[in-house]
Amino acid sequence: MSEQSYFAWERDADGVVTLTMDAPGQSANTMNRGFVEAFGLVVDRLEAERDGIAGVVVTSAKKTFFAGGDLNELIQARPEDAADVMARNVQIKALLRRLETLGKPVAAAVNGAALGGGLEIALACHFRVALDAKGSEIGFPEVTLGLLPGAGGVVRSVRLLGIADALLKVLLQGQRYKPAAALEVGLVHEVISDREDLLARAKAWVLANPEAKQPWDVPGFRIPGGDPTNPKFAANLPAFPANLRKQLKGANYPAPRNILAAAVEGARLDFDNAMVVEARYFVELVTSQVAKNMTQAFFFDMQKVTGGASRPAGFEPWQASKVAVLGAGMMGAGIAYVCARAGIQVVLKDVSVEAAEKGKAYSAGLLDKAVARGKTTREAADEVLGRIHPTAEAVDTAGADLIIEAVFESPELKGRVFQEVQDLVAPDALLGSNTSTLPITGLAAAVRRPADFIGLHFFSPVDKMPLLEIIAGEQTSDAAIAKAFDLAKQIRKTPIIVNDSRGFFTSRVIGRFLDEAVAMVNEGLNPNSIEQAGSQAGYPAPPLQLMDELTLTLPQKIRKEARAAAGDDWVEHGSETVINRMVDDLGRGGRSAGAGFYEYVDGKRVGLWPGLADAFGKPEAEIPFEDMKERMLFAEALDTVRCLDEGVLRSVAEANIGSILGIGFPAWTGGVIQYINGYDGGVTGFVARAKELRDKYGERFDVPRSLVEKAERGERVE
Amino acid sequence: MSNAYVYDAIRTPRGRGKQNGSLHTVKPITLAVGLIDEVRRRHPALDPNLIEDVILGVVSPVGEQGSDLAKVAALAAGLPDTTAGFQLNRFCASGLEAVNTAAQKVASGLGEDLVLAGGVESMSRVPMASDGGAWFEDPETAYDISFIPQGVGADLIATIEGFGRADVDEFAVRSQELAAAARAAGHFKNSVIPVRDRNGLTILDQDEFVRPGTTVETLAGLKPSFEVIGDLGGFDAVALQKYHWVERINHVHHAGNSSGIVDGAALVLVGNEAGGRAAGLTPRARIVATAVSGADSTIMLTGPAPASKKALAKAGLTIDDIDLVEINEAFAAVVLRYVREMGFPLEKVNVNGGAIALGHPLGATGAMLIGTIVDELERRDLRRGLVTLCVGGGMGIATIVERV
Repeated sequence: MSEQSYFAWERDADGVVTLTMDAPGQSANTMNRGFVEAFGLVVDRLEAERDGIAGVVVTSAKKTFFAGGDLNELIQARPEDAADVMARNVQIKALLRRLETLGKPVAAAVNGAALGGGLEIALACHFRVALDAKGSEIGFPEVTLGLLPGAGGVVRSVRLLGIADALLKVLLQGQRYKPAAALEVGLVHEVISDREDLLARAKAWVLANPEAKQPWDVPGFRIPGGDPTNPKFAANLPAFPANLRKQLKGANYPAPRNILAAAVEGARLDFDNAMVVEARYFVELVTSQVAKNMTQAFFFDMQKVTGGASRPAGFEPWQASKVAVLGAGMMGAGIAYVCARAGIQVVLKDVSVEAAEKGKAYSAGLLDKAVARGKTTREAADEVLGRIHPTAEAVDTAGADLIIEAVFESPELKGRVFQEVQDLVAPDALLGSNTSTLPITGLAAAVRRPADFIGLHFFSPVDKMPLLEIIAGEQTSDAAIAKAFDLAKQIRKTPIIVNDSRGFFTSRVIGRFLDEAVAMVNEGLNPNSIEQAGSQAGYPAPPLQLMDELTLTLPQKIRKEARAAAGDDWVEHGSETVINRMVDDLGRGGRSAGAGFYEYVDGKRVGLWPGLADAFGKPEAEIPFEDMKERMLFAEALDTVRCLDEGVLRSVAEANIGSILGIGFPAWTGGVIQYINGYDGGVTGFVARAKELRDKYGERFDVPRSLVEKAERGERVE
Repeated sequence: MSNAYVYDAIRTPRGRGKQNGSLHTVKPITLAVGLIDEVRRRHPALDPNLIEDVILGVVSPVGEQGSDLAKVAALAAGLPDTTAGFQLNRFCASGLEAVNTAAQKVASGLGEDLVLAGGVESMSRVPMASDGGAWFEDPETAYDISFIPQGVGADLIATIEGFGRADVDEFAVRSQELAAAARAAGHFKNSVIPVRDRNGLTILDQDEFVRPGTTVETLAGLKPSFEVIGDLGGFDAVALQKYHWVERINHVHHAGNSSGIVDGAALVLVGNEAGGRAAGLTPRARIVATAVSGADSTIMLTGPAPASKKALAKAGLTIDDIDLVEINEAFAAVVLRYVREMGFPLEKVNVNGGAIALGHPLGATGAMLIGTIVDELERRDLRRGLVTLCVGGGMGIATIVERV
């Protein structure tokens, strides 16, 4: 291994050395063992030749500047590896420190995305000039993987921006900034729009600043905005952890906690000792289960899902050019928007032009907002809006290569709107139906080309929710699935592919979560505790609140259908009584009805309905709070295993990603199957706990045979 | 084992703990020295060589209240070189902890026979929390143990117990009325020692924080003190995550129904039989039992009941054996909850008002309450009293005294 394999060293006539990072055989530079070794040799050489050089420019030969830590390495680290992880971290930190204290100016020419480790390298340079490259992002997304930027990212960003700004704008949320925004935040010094000028500007800066030093190495340096030894700052300090708890809703996220602690504790210390504290908090996270969960989901599983592991092979990439969106209600309007934004011509059809226009107005509203916020230009917005053609005429759908039907959830109505246009659209058009529960195979019976018929389950609001659940009916062809997958990519949604079944994957499994919460109401437990249990388990919305949003009437209807279908095999769930009484006796069907588990005044949610105590409350009812949280999580996890067993789900990666992006399964778990794999004691521990819950709360916590066998064999769910 | 006796108990008046407070120009050490001088003046036969130790509670022991104020005050007061001194901090219980520690020393037979114990806090000069601390300045700790400010805890108590704004304000008015009446009737005269300047001129000779004429109506105009920080500081959310059955916190406490910020000091002369005999002193009360305990640290202020129960158990008594209770009025809800939890009649609690009207000089209050209860037991010719305080971190402290 030589440094040449990772770094090109080029010294120009002025004595400026340009170090171009170019990891061999990889599409991006990462902080793996080879890189660190080569970096060490480069720093040795810089020190050896220091007197003969004017300064250094660091840049990259890849599309991105630097991609960050080597997650393949990090995800393996167990608590017993702490000493190794610590040693490696100290090594990387020391190299960056030697670079920034070389005694010569060092500039980063940030030619593309600098996330995580990339930004850490850049922050160890005295000057950062970023190219405004397409797709370039700058920031510390570590927190979203359950980690913290451990190569000085916390220490340097705190000293650069101040504690509060570093935490709120950079570290705690993992914001990714475009170069211009990074400039505004203060992460880079300059932004250059022309690639040709980037290196020249970096070199010019180096030559103009021979005495460059980091601000924190200038005597008398103080952290901007004060540090904890400043009484004014200290007075506000108690609100930091409290607001973090508030924001995290008490859920299990150790990374933000460690980031906050490392930032504040480090600010009490000198630079080098602050680095030691950062390292300790970093190592604790690297070896923690939550970091493994989140890295598995948001890096590895996400890579699989978006990389096309689930897409049937052998089909040419496909792009939709004209879509007929049938139904301009809330879903249709949102679908029209995301399609138009992706450059697809949209025919938005409803029963009247007025209704269709109303659907288009939704896009106009979103685009106006985007223009007002500077997210897009008026011209670009008008272009998007110009692609949406509201109509009541079926004939306008002529030639469309894609139908997305988004009318009311009625098989009869859905069949009718397809029949109206199926002969007008292109003969090989993909026939998509947006439904959250109706079996696709049944709907396909209404069209002439069931092989091209597919379920496209969008989530509301369509413009915000990232998931697309693609449902293959019995007759759906692989070609249609491949097209649907490509469509998802085209409209920038994350696709999971599932097989047809009642409620598919997402609607079915989220039902287990909500049912469990409602069953607890039935047991007389305090509804506020149920809501807190949901939030503290990590769900984005508390269950009864979510139930109100979704309406109580829809699940009641779905259950009645399912019950009728099951006949004598039906096992009554504890939630049924509550839903029936709420809807039928108490007239509280949810938010749209103006009354549900919550009270609403002028459409605003004001608080839990006090009548719940009389209707369902039992003052003596009490179960461990931990049980309340885990009942919801386990109910979903167990049913997901059944979805895998029944072939509704096709892969673990899709289960994990689908559960997080589609139905709010807590991100810290890494998704609904990773939750099982990562449970304390692994699958064995999960099964043991499930049995406990079964004994206490009922047969719905029966563990599927497949999972018991995996536990016995000590296997993970793969 | 010996008995521990209270031979005397004195205090300064309580001055408003602000720049316009009468004691703001007086150094904390001066408050302490003045009381040591007074002990010697009141007991001319007391040989200062018999005073073996000085224990002072100081809650913000930094700056001019820092290091070991007790020993330095002993030196400044001209006590002999053999008189030791130490400063302690058990948050709001510090003054009572000093008395209890003294009692334990003299009763054990292992330590001293005669000790001066009390506390000092000049809140106008050394503001509350100026000593910092991991409790709320170390994010890791504060995050993990769900730290919230006491006022939010007090509001949470009120919410859980169903005390509305009217309930806590009525209690505050009661405190003001009783304190004003007691001051006017001279109930504090024997124990409150005027603070004088270096020329002998009186600076303050009675408690100045009391607001006679306070009514529920005048209090109604005050805004809740902890509503904004409860929301913006994130503290309500932290509390509700733990108290998950509570939907929201009803913020009822404000400056008028919480303890006042004041300057002041107190000293109790504690000794065993031998110490008292040698000094020619007559005991006023016996310290029957002492206890510290604790409850949840987030709600923080529910420690007095477990501490009281523990002290009663040690003494072999029940609450029915207690004639009077002095409980620090940190917040109105603390007292209201205490009487409910203990099943003790409010009429026998803080009969001369409390810290809402008189103020709460953090390190000194506990020792002040010993004096107040002994005075009142004597005045009413009753036998037993119990002093208790809620304490930071969820702690509680209690001391039972009995006239001899």
